Amino acid sequence: MAELDKSQDAGQDVQAENKDAGGEGVSAARRNLLKGAAAAAAITWFPAVHAKEKVVLRYLGTAVNQDKAIADKFKADTGIEIQYIPVTTDEVTKRAVTAPNSFDLLDTEYFSLRKIIPTGNIKGIDAKRIKNADKITPLFTRGEVAGKKVGDQGTAPKKVMFLQGEKSKVFAKDPTQFITLIPTTYNADTLGIRPDLIKRPIESWAELLNKDFKGKAAILNIPSIGIMDAAMVVEALGLYKYPDKGNMTKAEIDLTIKTLIEAKKSGQFRALWKDFNESVNLMASGEVVIQSMWSPAVTKVRSQGIACIFQPLKEGYRAWASGFGIPTTLQGAKLDAAYEFINWFLDGWAGAYLNRQGYYSAVLETAKAKMEPYEWAYWMEGKPAEKDIKAPDGSVIEKAGKVRDGGSYEQRMGGIACWNAVMDENEYMVRKWNEFVAA
Amino acid sequence: MQAPGIATEAPALREATPGARREVAPTTHGAWSLPAWLQATPMSLVFLLFFLVPLALIVAVSFWDATEYELIPAFTPKNYINVFDGCSNTSELCVTLKTYLSTFKFCFLTWLFTLVIGFTVAYFLAFYVRSTSVQTLLFVLCTIPFWTSNVIRMISWVPLLGRNGLVNEGLIKLGFIQQPLEWLLFSPFSVVLAFVHLFTFFMIVPIFNSMMRIDRSLLEAARDAGATPWQTLWNVVVPLSRTGIIIGSIFVITIVMGDFVTIGVMGGQQIASVGKIIQVQTSYLQFPLAAANAVILLAVVLMIIWALTRLVDIRKEL
Repeated sequence: MAELDKSQDAGQDVQAENKDAGGEGVSAARRNLLKGAAAAAAITWFPAVHAKEKVVLRYLGTAVNQDKAIADKFKADTGIEIQYIPVTTDEVTKRAVTAPNSFDLLDTEYFSLRKIIPTGNIKGIDAKRIKNADKITPLFTRGEVAGKKVGDQGTAPKKVMFLQGEKSKVFAKDPTQFITLIPTTYNADTLGIRPDLIKRPIESWAELLNKDFKGKAAILNIPSIGIMDAAMVVEALGLYKYPDKGNMTKAEIDLTIKTLIEAKKSGQFRALWKDFNESVNLMASGEVVIQSMWSPAVTKVRSQGIACIFQPLKEGYRAWASGFGIPTTLQGAKLDAAYEFINWFLDGWAGAYLNRQGYYSAVLETAKAKMEPYEWAYWMEGKPAEKDIKAPDGSVIEKAGKVRDGGSYEQRMGGIACWNAVMDENEYMVRKWNEFVAA
Repeated sequence: MQAPGIATEAPALREATPGARREVAPTTHGAWSLPAWLQATPMSLVFLLFFLVPLALIVAVSFWDATEYELIPAFTPKNYINVFDGCSNTSELCVTLKTYLSTFKFCFLTWLFTLVIGFTVAYFLAFYVRSTSVQTLLFVLCTIPFWTSNVIRMISWVPLLGRNGLVNEGLIKLGFIQQPLEWLLFSPFSVVLAFVHLFTFFMIVPIFNSMMRIDRSLLEAARDAGATPWQTLWNVVVPLSRTGIIIGSIFVITIVMGDFVTIGVMGGQQIASVGKIIQVQTSYLQFPLAAANAVILLAVVLMIIWALTRLVDIRKEL
């Protein structure tokens, strides 16, 4: 509770500051405008209003994390406006590399950093300016959950979390003061299924290519993630055991794609999807009964009253994590606003909001403070729900007595088999992926 | 670039076709006079800035080298070699050829259907509807679908054609089929259907335009000479609508050759097209490779258009 009080105080302080800073000028300007005073008067007032009150942060990321409620709440708390630029996962990386001036805050996945950091387009975030920096879960800093190491195949966040200096283009092996991305959300992905249409237990990644689901399966068409799902299937089928699924050799890529092509040619896939909403529609309409899926997409299908399970599988999970980065060119008021947003984000309200969608937040204790004990017990501790569980929009997504798929935070995040990755042979991999699409 | 071309062409046209005299402005000034140059300048600049310069850049970049995160100005044929990687293999088609084949297939089918439907609709509008106001009304009616975006019009097919969609449920209820038809959605069928739905209008407009210019007395003459309606259609209307047909074909073919959205949405993202491959490559920052692909695609489309314009002299007909 102490945390809660502090954060509320902080929020009020900021509001108070804004009021002071705006002062008489702002309200005078508003009155003038309302009265419809001479245009000249309005023009002379405007620059002051802009500079003091209206900071707009252009927030580049995927639609999944860009929730209107978060932007509204942040604006209400601080007066800073968030302007979302929603694009696909691939597009985020592309813009971060080619157009770093087109956004003020970057929300991207850790695996993209291997492409972005060498360009020098984002700078290290100063841990000293992040209030909760030392409370970020050790999964990111040391790769541990509940004191136990988890799988680090692929681009595990701990490998790319720190920079050697603020404007360094090289990752640091051990924690430093400069953080590449401040984690926003992360999760461990698995297959989503429609239990009402499948009618039998699903236990292994191998089921994705099971002939039982011919014409009713789907896979992600984001090559760097889709190939990881395919690799989980290849291992589950016992075809091959990869030394590192997140960094395949050309021969390993060939083998993985060959498996996919064979499945595609025999009509296994109904569709491929690239966008969160596509996966929701495929599942909700019953076009697909088993597919690689993201946790909030499962939540969304379920909030439409359709049975959908984010099925834990014996081979483990494919994990991902995304976080906030700051472009190198960001300065002055906008830079301060970006830090303010990041601090606000870690302060609990946003974390609790995201936890209720099935994500995990970076700083667990602040999020816990903003959640009801029964919610925390359901989402994070794997306990049966004491009351009906509601989505942030108020719709019931789980009846009392049910347990979350995959159990507790420790069970799920402790079961990571690999992380989303960018491979050394990325170019070759994309070329082979196009072959799969064309097959 | 464009301006001198047109300017030099004009006298030649005048000499070659005396009948075309009315289409050429009276020549009180020479073809090379200052006003003519000034008039052509804005368009030439637009062409230079938004067409020729970007095109030159794409051609240049297609010979560059690249890593994951940077472009390296160089001169290497590597990208073109990559595009045709494995194409010497005779046992199985390489990805590039397969992709072009699939794109050509959609192109041909879409062209065929839009032509047949577009011609029929234009024929009806031009020859059966007598009053001009009804003609205008019906024409405006044709444009109504364009009030919403392409993507929306595409996506609205999904709930209709899906496994549990309206069409399948209707057919099952009527007892025509026992199991839902799988090929209705996310198949070549749904792709062609969406293309025809989206682009038939691009055929209707130019064909209608050509038909409206047909001298009605020619039709009467044909009838008086004892031609059956089919003979009139085939020997009079079709040849005189040729310009419209060619222009419509150019619209449809160029759009379909470059499309990646329709094929993506309606094909369930698992049908190949050249545009789709370029899109994937650009989203993975493989710009030189994508540029090489784009240059090849451009060359192919230009060849098709060149072949089509051999069939009709568009400049003369307009």
